[in-house]
Amino acid sequence: MKPFNFIKSENLESALAPQKEAAQFIAGGTNLVDLMKKNIAQPNTVLDVTAALPNKVVKTPLGISIGAMARNSAVANDQSILSAYPLIAKALLAGASQQIRNMASVGGNILQRTRCPYFYDTTTPCNKRQPGSGCSALQGENRMSAVIGYNEQCVAVHPSDLCVALAALDSTVNYAQTKQKSGVIPFKDFHLLPGSTPQKDNSLPNNALITSVEIAANPFNKNCAYVKIRDRDSYAFALISVAAALQLNNKKIVQARLASGGVAHKPWRWYEAEQFLKGKNATPAIFSEAASIAVKDIKPLSQNGFKTTMLKGAIETALQNCIKI
Amino acid sequence: MSNGEKFKRRSFLKTSGILAMFAAIPPTISAFYSDAKKFFVTPKKLIKINVSINKKIYEFNSDSRTTLLDLLRENCELTGTKKGCDHGQCGACTVHINGESALSCLTLAAMMPGKEITTIEGLANGDQLHPMQSAFIECDGFQCGYCTSGQIMSAVACVKKGQTRSVAEIKEFMSGNLCRCGAYNGIVESIQKVAAK
Repeated sequence: MKPFNFIKSENLESALAPQKEAAQFIAGGTNLVDLMKKNIAQPNTVLDVTAALPNKVVKTPLGISIGAMARNSAVANDQSILSAYPLIAKALLAGASQQIRNMASVGGNILQRTRCPYFYDTTTPCNKRQPGSGCSALQGENRMSAVIGYNEQCVAVHPSDLCVALAALDSTVNYAQTKQKSGVIPFKDFHLLPGSTPQKDNSLPNNALITSVEIAANPFNKNCAYVKIRDRDSYAFALISVAAALQLNNKKIVQARLASGGVAHKPWRWYEAEQFLKGKNATPAIFSEAASIAVKDIKPLSQNGFKTTMLKGAIETALQNCIKI
Repeated sequence: MSNGEKFKRRSFLKTSGILAMFAAIPPTISAFYSDAKKFFVTPKKLIKINVSINKKIYEFNSDSRTTLLDLLRENCELTGTKKGCDHGQCGACTVHINGESALSCLTLAAMMPGKEITTIEGLANGDQLHPMQSAFIECDGFQCGYCTSGQIMSAVACVKKGQTRSVAEIKEFMSGNLCRCGAYNGIVESIQKVAAK
C-alpha cells in the first residue's frame, strides 16, 4: 500500500473544502482498503467522511431519504424501510456478510468498484484499471461477466445488490460538490455503460460527495421480491439477481418494476418487460412471457451462455415470489 | 629478480587495486539506493492513534496505512485476532467495533479513535470463559482453531442480535466466517446452546 496522509473531516463543509490535491474519501472502507492493499487505488490523501455525512433514514414529504453514511445493516433493519420499501432491505440482506454490512455505507455501496477478477489482477490488462491496456475478460475467464450493454472495452458487471433495488424503485442520488454547489442524479443515469471510458463507473462529478439517496413513496411494498443466484448459498457476488415489484389491483398488474444485477456494467432495468406486464393478469404464463421478452436481447460471452436460461428463470421466480405472500 | 616474483608483485597490486575499488563501492551504492528510494518510494506517514481496546486505552505513533488487525497483532500484542486472507473474505479477523461485528483487516486504525473495540481477549471474565467460548469447547466448534476467534466474535454478535431462530438464520448470519476444517455443525450447535440459555 502506498503511504498516504490521513485527514478526518468533522463536517461536510470541511470535507468539501478545496485541498492542494484531491483527496480520496473513505467511509466504510470495505472496498477502498482492499483496493489500496492491491495498489489499484493509490491515493496520496485519504479523507475520513464518517462524521461529515448524515447516517439516518428520514421520512420526507415525498418518500424517504437515506443518509449516505447510514450503514447497510442499519438500513436493512430500519422500521420505515421494512414497512414501506422492503425491496431495499431484501436486496441489502442478500449482499456481503454481516460484518461487511455493519461497516459499509450506503454511499460507498453505490460507488463500489467491479469485482471482475482482471480488475483485481494487476499483472493483466484491464481498461477499467489502466485505460487503453485492453480487456482480458473479453476472451478470457468471463463466466461472471456481462451479457448486455457491454462492448469490447469492458465486460465487467456492477457488483451491488442494493443498487439493483434502488434502480427498480427509481431513486435519486443527492451530492454536494462545494459548499454552494450540489446536485441530484436520477438513479438510472447514475451508473454508466463502458462506452469509450470504461474507467468511469458513474456520472458523479469529480470530487463530489454523495450526501443521501432518496426514494419516492411508491405502491410496491406489498408485492416485491429479490432473487439472487450465486455460486454458494450466501456471501458471494451475484451470477444473476432480479429485483421485481408489482402494483396489483386484484389479479391485474397496474404497474411493474424489474431490474437485474450480474448482467451489465450498471444495474439493468427491463423496461420492455415492465411495459408488457402493465394491465396483464398476474399469472405464471404472463410472467414467463415477460421473462422471455427480457432475455431476448442478451448476448452472452464465451463462458456465460448459462446466464440466458438462469436469467429467464430468475425473473419468473422473482415475479412469482411477488405474489406469494 | 625472477619472472615469478615480478608476476606476483603485479598480481598483488592488481588484486589490491580491485579490492580497494570494491571497498569504495558499497557506500556509493547504498547512498544511490537511498536517494533512489527517496525519489521513487513515498516515505511513510506517521500519525498519532488513540484507541480503546477491551476497555484499555492504547496510544501509538503509527503508520497511516496500519489496519486495525495489524495494530492489534503487532502493536498491542493481542494476537488472538487472526489474519486469514487480509482481504475481507474469510472473517478470521472479526472483532467488535462499538458492539457490532466488523472486519479488522479492512478497517484503518486511523479511523478508530473514539470507538470501543472488543477482541477475543476481551470476552472472558478473568479466568471464567465467555459462555460462547465454553460452548465452542463443549460442542466441538473447531478443529485447527485458526478461524475460531473470528467465529466466536461473530457467534456472540449472532446471539446478541437474536438471529438464532433457525439453523438457516444462524448460517446466514455466520456466512462471513469460513472454516476450512468444516466445523460448521459444531459452530451452529454452540450458538444454539448459548441462545437457549
